[in-house]
Amino acid sequence: MNRRKFVERLIAVVASVSAVTAGFRRARAGVPEGYDPGAHRYSMGIQVDNCIGCGRCMEACKAENLVPKEPFFFRTWVERYVIRKDGTVGVRNISTDETSAQEAPVDRNILRSFFIPKLCNQCDEPPCVQVCPVGATILTEDGVVLVDDQRCIGCRYCIQACPYGARYLHPVTMTADKCTFCYHRITKGLLPACVEVCPTQARIFGDLKSKSNPLQRFKRMHKLSVLKPSLNTEPKVLYSNLDGEVR
Amino acid sequence: MIRLFSKIPDALVRVIVVVVLLLSVVLLIRLVLPRNLTDTAVHVQSTMDREMQKPVMYAGQGACTDCHEQSAKKASGYHRNLSCETCHGMARQHVENSLEIKPVIPSRREFCYKCHRYDPARATGFPQINPAVHNPLKECISCHDPHDPKPPTVPRECDACHGEIARSKAISPHVQLECTTCHIVAAQHKISPRAVRAEVPTEREFCGRCHAKGAAPKDSPTIDLATHGEKYLCWQCHYPHLPELD
Repeated sequence: MNRRKFVERLIAVVASVSAVTAGFRRARAGVPEGYDPGAHRYSMGIQVDNCIGCGRCMEACKAENLVPKEPFFFRTWVERYVIRKDGTVGVRNISTDETSAQEAPVDRNILRSFFIPKLCNQCDEPPCVQVCPVGATILTEDGVVLVDDQRCIGCRYCIQACPYGARYLHPVTMTADKCTFCYHRITKGLLPACVEVCPTQARIFGDLKSKSNPLQRFKRMHKLSVLKPSLNTEPKVLYSNLDGEVR
Repeated sequence: MIRLFSKIPDALVRVIVVVVLLLSVVLLIRLVLPRNLTDTAVHVQSTMDREMQKPVMYAGQGACTDCHEQSAKKASGYHRNLSCETCHGMARQHVENSLEIKPVIPSRREFCYKCHRYDPARATGFPQINPAVHNPLKECISCHDPHDPKPPTVPRECDACHGEIARSKAISPHVQLECTTCHIVAAQHKISPRAVRAEVPTEREFCGRCHAKGAAPKDSPTIDLATHGEKYLCWQCHYPHLPELD
């Protein structure tokens, strides 16, 4: 056995051993039997015309996901757009506080006003995943962006990077937090909490890999747009009938 | 021992030291560091698993219909597409312990305002009210069934002649009262209205049937007949077809 042969065999042995051990480790990682992330691809549709700004989705989200009650922390929120005749646009988050009477701007100078529900767009090219210095934010196979709150160091980099403002720093854990499409619900076959409670079906949730569901129908029947398409983040939250002023 | 080391060539000792160091680094990575720090697949899977194990608070429409048959009136009414938990709140605890924990039954007006208060940004045609003038003292559910919230039918038999009164009454707290609750009307009144008059109440005690302390209808304002208004009759201050609200 000359030196060249020895080195070649050594490399072959090391490679095969490491391949076998890697296979064992995959097996030991324990992918659960019931749920196959590769078989799903989640997405949400928003029928803007149906939203009445009642705030049920925001309340349900806070209750479902234990989001702090303060009106500063949201996984999903609803914006009131007010377009005036002089072309200026006002955007305000609506409040879920029923005691502060919904500020209904009755004003002759208003051309159009409407509500836009917003949440994490679960981008296919997520800027937040790219910037995370510790790899705590991941894009799962079924298309949801999740935060590993045990690894997150709370540096707020992702909060800055998100073009949609979908993230906030959880005041208790001091880690980044965001909409997960209610991952614990959708993997059990339930709807996200906001979709479950929406009284006007303004939110439609579905699996793009299933052939017929309300979302596929919504996609066929409407002209769709996404928020900030120029950024090429490829969002999976699709809006129908979106006003051109919505950013 | 030292003699043994001295026999090993110097270069080989250095190689052994380097190999031992490398091995210890590999062992450190393998054994000491948690696996989800060194393997991305494990990390992704563990994050997904932890996310999946979070508790579900809203049980979902399927859990409701497992036990509660959806009534025909809700299935055909305007609220047919609402899931139960939109109004009754999160129900997981109720699903787990249905005898002791009951979901909320919202009955206050403020709850209905969330969707039905007038807001110019809401779609035209979506049913909206101005809470200040739409029967402010009554709860919504006293006229509207939330499971089938069609506009209530207003008694209309007299409005052909008494339209002005009917229109006032339509926006008053007395909207649901039939004219004959207070007026005794002979059948002849419709044929010769001037010859046969409708009877009107003549004494305070008539109003007291609903508005005296301890009277039957719970949501009507009550007063003490003995001290309130003294010698005056009720309708000398209050217009019965549109009683003021405060």
